[in-house]
Amino acid sequence: MIKSNVILSIKDLKVNYGGIEAVKGISFDVNEGEIVTLIGANGAGKSSTLRSISGLVKPSGGTIEFSGDLISDKDPTTIVQRGVTMSPEGRKIFPDLTVEENLRVGAYTRNDDLTEDMNWVYELFPRLKERSWQEGGTLSGGEQQMLAVGRALMAKPKLLMLDEPSLGLAPLVVKDIFEIIKTINKNGVTVLLVEQNANMALKVADRAYVLETGRITKTGTGAELLADEAIKEAYLGKQK
Amino acid sequence: MLNEKKNKTNLYIALGLLVILYVFLILLDNVLPQNNFVLMLVPVLKKSAIYSVVCVSMNLLNGFTGLFSLGQAGFMMLGGYAYAIFSIPHEQHAAVYQYFDGGAIQFSIPEALQNVLGDFGGAFVGSIICIIIGGLVAAGVAALIGIPVLRLKSDYLAIATLGFAEILRAVFQWDGLGRVTNGSNLLRKYTSFSAMKIGNFKIGTLFPFLIATICVIIIVLLINSSYGRAFKAIRDDEIAAEAMGINLFKHKMLAFVISSFFSGVGGALLAMYQTTIQAAPFKSAMTYEILLIVVIGGIGSISGSCIAAFLYIACNEWWLRFLDSGQFFGLSVPFFRDGFRKVVFSIVIMVIVLFFSRGIMGDKELSFTGLINKIKARKEKKGEVA
Repeated sequence: MIKSNVILSIKDLKVNYGGIEAVKGISFDVNEGEIVTLIGANGAGKSSTLRSISGLVKPSGGTIEFSGDLISDKDPTTIVQRGVTMSPEGRKIFPDLTVEENLRVGAYTRNDDLTEDMNWVYELFPRLKERSWQEGGTLSGGEQQMLAVGRALMAKPKLLMLDEPSLGLAPLVVKDIFEIIKTINKNGVTVLLVEQNANMALKVADRAYVLETGRITKTGTGAELLADEAIKEAYLGKQK
Repeated sequence: MLNEKKNKTNLYIALGLLVILYVFLILLDNVLPQNNFVLMLVPVLKKSAIYSVVCVSMNLLNGFTGLFSLGQAGFMMLGGYAYAIFSIPHEQHAAVYQYFDGGAIQFSIPEALQNVLGDFGGAFVGSIICIIIGGLVAAGVAALIGIPVLRLKSDYLAIATLGFAEILRAVFQWDGLGRVTNGSNLLRKYTSFSAMKIGNFKIGTLFPFLIATICVIIIVLLINSSYGRAFKAIRDDEIAAEAMGINLFKHKMLAFVISSFFSGVGGALLAMYQTTIQAAPFKSAMTYEILLIVVIGGIGSISGSCIAAFLYIACNEWWLRFLDSGQFFGLSVPFFRDGFRKVVFSIVIMVIVLFFSRGIMGDKELSFTGLINKIKARKEKKGEVA
């Protein structure tokens, strides 16, 4: 593997929720231009990791550096401005805003012209363009996920974090979404992907980390982990 | 493209109707005979214009930002008092503040300006300045209250704001502040709507409508700006809004302060309308009244709030009055006596809340092109049947 620039560097990250330690000191790096995935079961600490990177939750220990700057003490607005955005778990689009308004809110921290990026998002998701005047809440689950990804892209991120983009979607739609994630990555956006659908995630990922109850237990390239017997058993549904 | 065209048509129709309304209001004051009908219509119109401002300001907070605040009456009182205090003419101070040695503030902004701009100019510009001061005082207090209160959510925010409004009312009735607020006594003799006349040409009814129009337009522009989108995003999903980089506290504070500013303006107009002001009526009941209008009009609809404000005031002050008169079409009806109006009114409101829980407009806005299309469609349907 070619050694490239580390864009996100996490050291000994700990996250507490009222005394319960959800993340128990994890360290990992994301290189520029990669797709990195965190896989693991419910409650492994994947979402907490993403939330603390985006500043929604203050970590109780450890450091998060983005492009060489410490961001673990910054507020979410600053972190989005620096170029880290998240598409939260469960999509969380704004149901009473139109599709276009949703996208505009995604670009809230920007003051420049949005036309180019708006067109790019509509190019990635032609369905959204057809429905640009529709309220977000009236979209189907797959369309809402597209909107959530598009909305996160509107901030012009260097690092895009996706929290369970496949949750509750039909297999065909999931395939579409992962194709688009690859396309976004090819356009120069680094992607940090959190997934329970380990099979799909490992297929698109350059590298992967396996999280178990707040600790990283395995790491490797996507292909390596796909071939790993223990992973197959635990996450890919292989029979013994 | 089609939407732009529609929006333009809507704008032109709205502007046209506004001009017609203004002309009608001027005629009402100057030309039309002062019969019973006009004598009832004028105060109802004035009060509903004032309530529109307050209801729209409450809707900005409760409907568009999703912050359930119940401090409206308190902010109105601040605005009303600030207006009155700065516009009582100098020679009236001794009479108004008779228990407090003529009060602490010894100048009047409209009076000072009247010396420069003449009677009408001074009253007009002066009262506008005082109205803005009223808004600013309310906004300033909101900024202070907001720091602790806006960290609370939903019901707790409502309880805290309601509490603050009640505390403010008690403070304003306190004798210790008497040299400013006149304690629990009335403030009076300040510039009211009746001062709005050039010679014999009166604009006393037009004036509240002018201010209300400006306020509502500003709020509509705000809601359609990127700030407005951020407010709605916070209402829809706080976590997602924060993840998009929207600073929750800053934007909630902004909505709270702006909403309070316009409540203050509404309070100042109410003071002008009543010609006297006193802290006692600015109770939580007044906030509930405003909340009721917002709910009837539709939470999240500006035009709904304005329509409901007019309907509510007209029913409450005018159309249901006959229920209190003891008579119905010349027959004496025993239970049609004082207060029966309120009973019927409560039932009407219950029916609205039970069967039209989204209010008159829901979260949609009045659209003239939409209305025209509906009428056209209905006519075509009738044609088919025939």
